[in-house]
Amino acid sequence: MQLFIVKRIGQALIALFGVMTLVFFIQRLTGDPTYLLVPENATQADIEAMRRTLGLDQPLLVQYGRFLWDMTHFDLGRSFVQNVKVTTIIASRLPYTLQLAGGALIVALVIGLPVGLILALGRRFAVTRVLMGLVLAAQSMPTFWSGIMMIMVFGVWLGWLPPSGAGSLQHLIMPSIALGLLSMATYARIARSAVLDELSKDYIRSARARGVGTGRLVTHHLLRNSVIPVISVTALEISQLLAGAVIVETVFAWPGLGQLTVEAIVSRDFVVVQGVVLLGAFVTIAVNFAADVLYTVVDPRIRLGGSRP
Amino acid sequence: MTLAATPHHVGSRIAKLYRIAGPFSLILLGLVLIAIFAPLIAPNDPNSQNLMGRLKAPGTEARGTLYLLGSDELGRDLLSRIIYGARVSLSVALLSVVLSGVVGTTLGMAAGYLRGWTETVIMRLVDIFLSIPAILLAIITVAVLGPGFVNVILVLALTRWPRYARVAYGQTLSVAGMPYVRLARAMGASWPRVLLRHILPNIIAAMAVIATLEFGLMVLFEAGLSFLGLGVQPPTPSWGATLSVGRNYVTSAWWIATFPGVCLFLLVLSVNLIGDRLSEYLNPKTR
Repeated sequence: MQLFIVKRIGQALIALFGVMTLVFFIQRLTGDPTYLLVPENATQADIEAMRRTLGLDQPLLVQYGRFLWDMTHFDLGRSFVQNVKVTTIIASRLPYTLQLAGGALIVALVIGLPVGLILALGRRFAVTRVLMGLVLAAQSMPTFWSGIMMIMVFGVWLGWLPPSGAGSLQHLIMPSIALGLLSMATYARIARSAVLDELSKDYIRSARARGVGTGRLVTHHLLRNSVIPVISVTALEISQLLAGAVIVETVFAWPGLGQLTVEAIVSRDFVVVQGVVLLGAFVTIAVNFAADVLYTVVDPRIRLGGSRP
Repeated sequence: MTLAATPHHVGSRIAKLYRIAGPFSLILLGLVLIAIFAPLIAPNDPNSQNLMGRLKAPGTEARGTLYLLGSDELGRDLLSRIIYGARVSLSVALLSVVLSGVVGTTLGMAAGYLRGWTETVIMRLVDIFLSIPAILLAIITVAVLGPGFVNVILVLALTRWPRYARVAYGQTLSVAGMPYVRLARAMGASWPRVLLRHILPNIIAAMAVIATLEFGLMVLFEAGLSFLGLGVQPPTPSWGATLSVGRNYVTSAWWIATFPGVCLFLLVLSVNLIGDRLSEYLNPKTR
């Protein structure tokens, strides 16, 4: 168990190192990144000064070493446009994105899991096919389109909800639904196949034979054993939601990391974009690690085997 | 897989394809035809502006032009822009799927068959790419390279090849131990020959399923990048870019955001349904 965790931490660190290297070299794709880092109206002198302060006049390997060194100190650099530390900027926007991703995750879980259960248990009824169709539709809905449609119907025509911005719980409803729909569909499908998988197993039949009622069967037997796929999907979904927020936030003028990223791209504030990407990768790696550890807690079989199911 | 020449066989083949792909394949087929024959179908030039005909509602006429689906903020015919927009969506998605599919499958097969350090290098690289959320990786790369048709395709291929590589790797591992592969090797077949003649035909079905599902995703990615202004650049009509214009006119011109979105939704839905049916058809467990 401990060995497993130590090995897994090692893997996570290697992935993190790889991501930083990848981001560093993507920046160098066009050669000199100074032009990415200075604002559009910078003079030649500005560019020269920038090149020196960033150390871009030094050999590539030295630059790479410095980049990694800064990373180990959680130093993501300074925004040239705002002249503020990137970590400070990100910290001021992060709470909004976390709210949005949290809201979306709640939407996805609260609707997705019961729907999946219904899809599995009620597969003999015609209504279930309609429900399955709706799940597939939700899966194919571009977030930016469903978002705009919601703004139009509930924000503009009916006037029930504020069409954009942040500040209250009402503001959070539409963006959360727009962002959560896709994850909702994923959860419904995963829950459906997990429950179907379990339903075909012997212990369910013997529980039925013992006279266990359907309600108890579901809560005491099915759900407990269907939880592993749900955990691994949640790990994936959390990073998906954070990344998906980039577009949804733009639609709803939600002042989180996504809007920050788009603003930074427009003003060519590349250090900020890079910071957000690194944060996204860090969260992905951390969440996957947490999920792997959680499996071993939930399922003793994995603890002994030392690998994923 | 030779196509029989007699009409009867062609007909039965198409019928079989239709049975596998399902009724939603007709929507996809329709959109593909619209994209190919766009110049013949579109009632107007998609880029011709008409300042007297700005933001006209669907079905209205201005200066002799009938706006069947309304007009946009520059007085361009929305229907024509949507028809031409199908070209962008489909071609970007197709080319990026082909590019990432070929690169990913090749690398995945090489990793699974050659093992050793090739395997280590390729699969660690796959892990690293997959730990950056795809849309973020696409955004940062487009921000560096600059937007545009070719760059978007390159960026999408760069972000998505690891998914094919991972599947191809797993499939290759399970096929590589088969007696006929070992036999071919013992008879002196070179590794490219083994990969191409013996392994690829056995994993191509699994790769086709991934490619179909990826196709829908690529359509959404292209639209998403264009929505953020990082995709194909104006005045080239793109559904995603039109949607972002429509976002600004939700209070006054509902049609601008609605119709391109419907097309996007139908395209992705039909591709996803075909992918689902394909994977069900090819999966021996459910067949």
